[in-house]
Amino acid sequence: MSVDYTIEPPVVHGRLSIAQIEEMVVKPLDTKPDKKFYIAITISGTFLMIGAVLLLITFYYGIGMWGNNQPVGWAFGIVNFVFWIGIGHAGTLISAILFLLRQKWRTGIARFAEAMTIFAVMCAGIFPIIHTGRPWLAGYLMPYPNQHGIWVNFTSPLVWDVFAVSTYLTVSLIFWYTGLIPDFATLRDRTTSKVKKTIYSIFSLGWRHSHRHWQHYEKTYTLLAGFATPLVLSVHTIVSFDFAVSILPGWHTTILPPYFVAGAIFSGFAMVVTVLVFVRKIFDLQQIITLDHLDKMNKVILATSMMVGLAYGTEFFIAWYSGVAVEQFAFLNRAFGPYTWAYWIMVTCNVLFPQLFWFKKIRRSIPMMMVIVILVNIGMWFERFVIIVVSLHRDFLPSSWGMFIPTLYDVGILIGSFGLFFTLVILFTKALPVISISEIKAVSDGAQPSYHGGENHE
Amino acid sequence: MNNERKIYGVAALFTKPDDIINAASKVANDGYSKWDVNTPYPLHGMDNAMKLKPSKIGFITLFMGLCGAASALMLAYFTNSIDFPLVIGGKQFFALPAYIPIAFELTVLFATVSTVVAMLIIFFKFPANNHVLHDTPYMKKVSLDRYGIVIESADPKFEQSKVEELLRSFGPESVEIIYHKEEVKFPIFEPKFISFLILTAIVVSAGTYITLNKLMFMVPFNWMMYQDKVMPQSRTELFEDERGMRQPVEGTVAKGFIPYTYIGIDEPQEYLSNPLLPSIDNLKLGEKKYLTYCSPCHGNFGDGDSRLKGQFPNPPTIHSQRIRSFDDGRLYHIITIGKNIMPSYAAQISREERWAIVNYIRVLQKAKNATTSELEMIIKETGTNVAN
Repeated sequence: MSVDYTIEPPVVHGRLSIAQIEEMVVKPLDTKPDKKFYIAITISGTFLMIGAVLLLITFYYGIGMWGNNQPVGWAFGIVNFVFWIGIGHAGTLISAILFLLRQKWRTGIARFAEAMTIFAVMCAGIFPIIHTGRPWLAGYLMPYPNQHGIWVNFTSPLVWDVFAVSTYLTVSLIFWYTGLIPDFATLRDRTTSKVKKTIYSIFSLGWRHSHRHWQHYEKTYTLLAGFATPLVLSVHTIVSFDFAVSILPGWHTTILPPYFVAGAIFSGFAMVVTVLVFVRKIFDLQQIITLDHLDKMNKVILATSMMVGLAYGTEFFIAWYSGVAVEQFAFLNRAFGPYTWAYWIMVTCNVLFPQLFWFKKIRRSIPMMMVIVILVNIGMWFERFVIIVVSLHRDFLPSSWGMFIPTLYDVGILIGSFGLFFTLVILFTKALPVISISEIKAVSDGAQPSYHGGENHE
Repeated sequence: MNNERKIYGVAALFTKPDDIINAASKVANDGYSKWDVNTPYPLHGMDNAMKLKPSKIGFITLFMGLCGAASALMLAYFTNSIDFPLVIGGKQFFALPAYIPIAFELTVLFATVSTVVAMLIIFFKFPANNHVLHDTPYMKKVSLDRYGIVIESADPKFEQSKVEELLRSFGPESVEIIYHKEEVKFPIFEPKFISFLILTAIVVSAGTYITLNKLMFMVPFNWMMYQDKVMPQSRTELFEDERGMRQPVEGTVAKGFIPYTYIGIDEPQEYLSNPLLPSIDNLKLGEKKYLTYCSPCHGNFGDGDSRLKGQFPNPPTIHSQRIRSFDDGRLYHIITIGKNIMPSYAAQISREERWAIVNYIRVLQKAKNATTSELEMIIKETGTNVAN
């Protein structure tokens, strides 16, 4: 295994022709689903149903079914919300920030990561709404003229959250769809089925690959990427404001926004790697989603892991340096209190294990990276658990201390959200091209003019 | 069948990106205006080759982004500073730093949505699924891996033979002529369409009916409201009198309340004496209560001139010799338990207020029946002339 990092590896391996690339990407859409697909969707669908049933029971009897109680009023609902929002951030990062940085290798994974963004934000959006206990009144979150004569509180981070998350979902969807329009046109022109052709025609809007359109299209795509970049940073910043703007020790810190953003990218990349490893194998896309891609993503995971580790250390340092007794207690309680196991799971999974990615062999070994990224996913979920539940369970007044014990419903709804996420991912892989056809064609070998005069060029 | 179909344009296909760039720059130099290049993905340098002006879509983004920021700030200003001013966390009514997150989000939202919508609808004139190029072999090839150029017949310089010659000179893979499609007619009164309309009408009206009449009135989670217990005003089989609430045991006395024990006695004046002095405060209270409760039937000055215009029989005047001779206790008794058609006012008027009314009645009686000598005394005491 010798990889030369001094030369840029080709984005698509194996010198495939443009037609071959298209054939490879579109194959899952044209073939009937096989056994593996049905097994996968059965498992994820079962998880989804478990979550749905427990959620319905929760709706019927109220959120007293959950473990939340004073003093831990925010528990799994908010932990899962922050976790899923964080997962979503990798998609926008890959599709927008790496696009602005002209990282050609992003094309192989961008569409997939964007789709994961949308599905993760959908999963995330469920939690604050069910957490309110009266999900049918969720409309109150929006400022609209109403009979009560009152408005939302624009100075509240929770209202910022509503705007941030709904904007994030809308912009991600639009970004995704804009990227899909040329692909819908390609699918429309290659399909032989009349029904499929009608559907693809509707969604392609009559795109005809005209260069007079490509010109505006590229400009628009750059503008969208330019907006999505600060947006993705703002969304997790605002999510962190939900905590940082309060006065609770452990939450009331200015490090929270950058710490949350780094954590979001960290967990998001881990989730993208988790899913991509399966997708490239199942759909034979190893030549487009190459080991080089996974190698690069693991480097990002390593970098963000160290950022997160730095944040953990800084928090402890500032707690000591501030000289505030309750702040110092909050952090000692995290590390050595009743939830000490959660804290050390978080540190081990997020800081220690990803250090193995310093070794090239491990970075390029599929089984090893699978183990590490799954540990990262677990660790990042526990990070949110530590921040939210462990800060809440012991605050200023020792007389109001308490413990949080999750119930079957808490765990079941979390499993259900994973079920929803993977069901959507699996359906997506069969319904839409998982790789942007027009983008991957554009970065393949010999796809762009050489300006050698067009003669004798191979 | 019309054999002479109209020509849309002449198209050429190339297999190499360099060839199409070369062709595009030559066609642009030849001064054609209505022509286009179709490629499966954007080619670097094609903008220059086609001599396209830079895209102006950024201006829409800029303008709408600013609109988003302005509308967020104005909404926050209107709601939190004008319509419902509320001090929150000791901040000003217009707390600008706290509005920045929402202003930023709405900037992004407005800018991105409007850019994409403007691109699709204004710049591209989409949806355009009936464009001539669709479903041509040319389109299918440029959708896959060929690079095409098409010069339209609408171009002022268009001459079929000349254009074909020009395109062939670039060494294309193929040259084809694209014709306009025959117009497809969609008859409206087709049975399929009619039945589709009927079905839509049924679904929409049934949906509307169910939504407006059933769904909107479904009360979710109302079991806190309706519980398996007997409520005070409800009917029940449990008790003989079928009342949900129980009557107090006979002789029950409410806390802090001394019962009025003279019901049935005609003249309780020997037990009742007026506890209130005719002070100005008491008389003012009496006047107020008299005007509220008594004057509708008895008249503002007690003349028995009812304002009720005969809906009830008029009561007698209080200025008669008989009533003037009543003791305070007897007047109090009448207000408390009523007389003839007059009901009891014990529920509306407190005990103290009843005595105050009695005092006020005395004032009215005195005022209406004053003697000359009494008037002279008043003039002497106050130094005023009543006649003036």
